[in-house]
Amino acid sequence: MIVRISGEDQYRLADDESERLNELENAVVAIVEGGSEDGFAEAYSALLEYVRAHGTPVGDEELEGSDVILPPADLTFEEAGKDFTGEGLIPD
Amino acid sequence: MAGLTGRMSTVVKAKVSKLLDRAEDPGETLDYSYQKQVEQLQNVKKGIADVVTAKKRLQMQESSLQQSVVKLDTQARQAVSAGHEELARAALERKNVAQTELQSLDGQVAELEQQQQKLTDSEQKLRAKIEAFRTKKEVIKAQYSAAEAQVRISEAATGVGEQMADVGLAMQRAVDKTENMKARADAVSELEAAGTFDDITALGSGEDDIDRQLKQLSSQPAVDDELAKMKGELGGGDAAQISAGAADPAAAPPGGGGPDEGQPPNGGSQR
Repeated sequence: MIVRISGEDQYRLADDESERLNELENAVVAIVEGGSEDGFAEAYSALLEYVRAHGTPVGDEELEGSDVILPPADLTFEEAGKDFTGEGLIPD
Repeated sequence: MAGLTGRMSTVVKAKVSKLLDRAEDPGETLDYSYQKQVEQLQNVKKGIADVVTAKKRLQMQESSLQQSVVKLDTQARQAVSAGHEELARAALERKNVAQTELQSLDGQVAELEQQQQKLTDSEQKLRAKIEAFRTKKEVIKAQYSAAEAQVRISEAATGVGEQMADVGLAMQRAVDKTENMKARADAVSELEAAGTFDDITALGSGEDDIDRQLKQLSSQPAVDDELAKMKGELGGGDAAQISAGAADPAAAPPGGGGPDEGQPPNGGSQR
């Protein structure tokens, strides 16, 4: 499974990591939906950190599409919120 | 295909796919797709240049504000020494506003610096991918039949396309940020154009519109503190007691009217 962290790099992860990634991502989503910024930065960086720690960077010479694309590391709470209303990083 | 079912990554992936669809037609000839990649790379370079330009403009504003801070501080000290407390206060209010703007500019310049670095990294990565694509394209063309080559090269092009879409996304964020900062920079320019940081001695003692606005903008306790401190440093005890009118040497009446020393009376010299 190839995961891209937007603005950073692509990482190759074992397929069985997806369950843990889902948990981490859902934790972020839950915070965003809760509407309070508390814990957002920590939860989001935990998700990205997991990808960086458990993945191997995909080399520049490899031309692969990603299975998963995560927003950039400097994603703000507001931007994350907008991502769910269709006005996110790339407007619809 | 393995993937997350989480909503965030799904949404982002859908959006990048949309960008990809917009950017690339899989039916395009192989060489054309390379040519387009190179064009995209030029766009990224232009994007970086725009960020650098925005940063330079903010830095110029910074240095002009720094000069204003020094000038206003000097004027405040002169005013305190001369016992013009209101003038000193006006200068300090302006200095306070200029310093606040400076701090905000500092943060913005640092942020643009970061954006510039990120875009430069992205550009290098994209360049490497495009180079890899060029090599791979030639190898595939030599090894496979035209139809098979088309499929394989399209796959490779998707990998490059995603990288391009990602750089495009980073550029868009950088542009949004510089736009926000431009609004702020324009606001500072307006303050400057309104004479906010100009020579306060030109003001006289009357309070003008700028002063009234500044009183709202600047933090009064900070101004009070600084004024008190300045008075202490300059031994304000004596200076403060000098009346405002007498303290300004420039305000003394022009020459003449003094005692006529050394001029003997006319009478008696010619006899």
